[in-house]
Amino acid sequence: MSPRTTTKGIRGNTLWFWVFVGPFVIGLLVFSYLPIVWSLVLSFFEARNTVTPTEFVGLRNYVDMLTDRNFLSSLGTFSVFALFIVPLTFVLSLALALLVNQVKIARAFFRSVFFLPTACSYVVASLIWKLSIFNGVRFGLANTVLDWFGIDQIAWLSTVDPPWFWIPIITVRLWLQLGFYMILFIAGLQRISPALYEAAYVDGARPGWQVFRFITLPQLRATAVAVLILNLIAAYQAFDEFYNLLGNVNFARPPLVYLYGISLGTIQDLGHGSAGALILAAIIMIVTLLQNKILGFGKAND
Amino acid sequence: MAVGRPNAGLSRRDLLKRTGGLAALAAFTAACGGNTGRPADSGGGGKTALAQWYHQYGETGAREAALKYAKAYGDAAVTVQWTPGDYGAKLSSGLLSSKGPDVFEGQLNLAMVKSNQIVALDDLLEGVKDDFSAEDLATNTVDGKTYGIRMIVDPQVIYYRKSLLEKAGIQPPTTIDDLISASKELTTNKVKGIFVGNDGGVALGGPALWSSGGAYLTKDNKPGFTDGRAAQAFGKLHELYASKSTLLGAPTDWTDPSAIIQGLVAMQWIGMWALPAMQKAFGDDLGVFAFPALDAQGTPAVYSGGWTQFVSAKSANVDAAKKFVKWLWIDQAEYQEDWCLNYGFHIPPRKSLAAKAAKLQDGAAAETVKLNEQYGKTDNPAWTPKMATAFGDMLTNVIRKGADPAAEIGKAEKTVGTELSRLFG
Repeated sequence: MSPRTTTKGIRGNTLWFWVFVGPFVIGLLVFSYLPIVWSLVLSFFEARNTVTPTEFVGLRNYVDMLTDRNFLSSLGTFSVFALFIVPLTFVLSLALALLVNQVKIARAFFRSVFFLPTACSYVVASLIWKLSIFNGVRFGLANTVLDWFGIDQIAWLSTVDPPWFWIPIITVRLWLQLGFYMILFIAGLQRISPALYEAAYVDGARPGWQVFRFITLPQLRATAVAVLILNLIAAYQAFDEFYNLLGNVNFARPPLVYLYGISLGTIQDLGHGSAGALILAAIIMIVTLLQNKILGFGKAND
Repeated sequence: MAVGRPNAGLSRRDLLKRTGGLAALAAFTAACGGNTGRPADSGGGGKTALAQWYHQYGETGAREAALKYAKAYGDAAVTVQWTPGDYGAKLSSGLLSSKGPDVFEGQLNLAMVKSNQIVALDDLLEGVKDDFSAEDLATNTVDGKTYGIRMIVDPQVIYYRKSLLEKAGIQPPTTIDDLISASKELTTNKVKGIFVGNDGGVALGGPALWSSGGAYLTKDNKPGFTDGRAAQAFGKLHELYASKSTLLGAPTDWTDPSAIIQGLVAMQWIGMWALPAMQKAFGDDLGVFAFPALDAQGTPAVYSGGWTQFVSAKSANVDAAKKFVKWLWIDQAEYQEDWCLNYGFHIPPRKSLAAKAAKLQDGAAAETVKLNEQYGKTDNPAWTPKMATAFGDMLTNVIRKGADPAAEIGKAEKTVGTELSRLFG
């Protein structure tokens, strides 16, 4: 290849690189990085009903948010949510992956069936849960089933004591995201060499729990850690199902719903909202790094 | 995840080129701004372009009516944006930029004035100010300037099935204790006594407060919900919620008449807008009463809600927008009557129109108008959304969690006090 052709090729490649990547880079800059930078600016200003504030308040918004009982309570709501959703998603998506992976016929069909809900909008799913399955009147699906067993109807989304609202909140997310994590686990399972299983059987390992415990699970370490990290970050970002099922209520208000309420809702306090958003981003980063450190994400590929 | 081959006639490279082009186009169009409700050019036939924003009215025909009025206006090209869902949040965001509405409906709060989001409309009211009630003017006035023209008045009261109360031998309640008893007595295994919202009755917070003699804010702008009687009233709301006689978890909320129309409840807290739908279902078998007095020392209460028309200060055509508002909500009496009475029922804010509105002269409609005149309370513009959120949180804790009202009032008072200090020093 002549030097001239190489140069032309590089130029051509560079041109096409920017044609393809440019629009996304512009989108990323305009819709992600610029808002983050602007949010950082707003967090140091008194910014009510304006995005071009003039009154600098230093760290006051951060101090206010860190001592705001509602913000702290929203982190508590997240913790309860994460406590349920992370282990449940992990266990159920792994179980589904193991089942689907063992199916001999129509494997693609079963993979698709379980993955399909991932394509559904959180808003649409929440409305179906709210209006059809978990409404509190006698003709709601859940209450109809309870009625078959002679159990009184339950106002699923309105009852705080006992907190029945957690059932629709948790189940809608499970339905929506199990398929995605199942696919990740299936990919992990398919990377395990059959030779390992054969060797284990030759060495006398019993099929079932013993093989799963000593072969499958250790081999899935990288996938499992990724699933846990992605799951926890997704839990921090919970918004749609809470907002659409419960509204902006203080007993089950995760951080994003609270921050939406004070900054983008009718309150329009963008200074405090921005400070809260950056505190939340910092918490997510710290927790993810700690999770990495503890679970050894980097070592997973060794 | 494996990506399948799209089709035999399209190579991977072709697909990438096409999707890359589409993405570029999408990014470009998005960067150029979203749908602001305005026409793409300066307006049809060179006219000034104005965007008018409404929330989504539930009544059939209301949207078409709004479009009809906009089309009939000759001096500007007016486009109507009809917003389902969280209109308040969308409006708040819209008012931050010049891409928002020129003319919009909403409710006034002091923060909008302090941040110069709206313009005063006193000049539009010259000569007709006396035709508006003092309450409707007060709810839109800050520091002597009036910022909005009231479009409709929507009293919120309790409607009930007369036959069900008669069958149970119950008179319309006059105290909150009566209301709780009536609700319990009307509850069967198929029908609940009352529907006050899926949140357990947070919408009743204001009426309960007024029925105890309190107010959101005192006349000198101090928290007006802090005494023992207010705590007692909020405690009664919990008692109603805990009586198991309120409908919870209905597919639609209290603003929609479906619960009472479907026979799920005997009584429902709702606005006058839903009256035509309820009358269609029940005919004369429909009565109405105000939120009852806390006790013999209290008074019944009606929330006199509604919508007001404003002009955005960020509009590029403030004068044209003001001219349109005057044309539609001051000069066109025929349209106002149509808007208020031909879809849902609302009381026309112009006293001259309300007095001759035939549809409000008898039955539950006439009774609602009378209750509104006697007990109606309008919004205080100094009560900001932040205060309302703290008040709502307090009510949620008291009503749904059974928290101590006095302790919860103390927490809300702190937030409201901080907000008042910021606003009034």
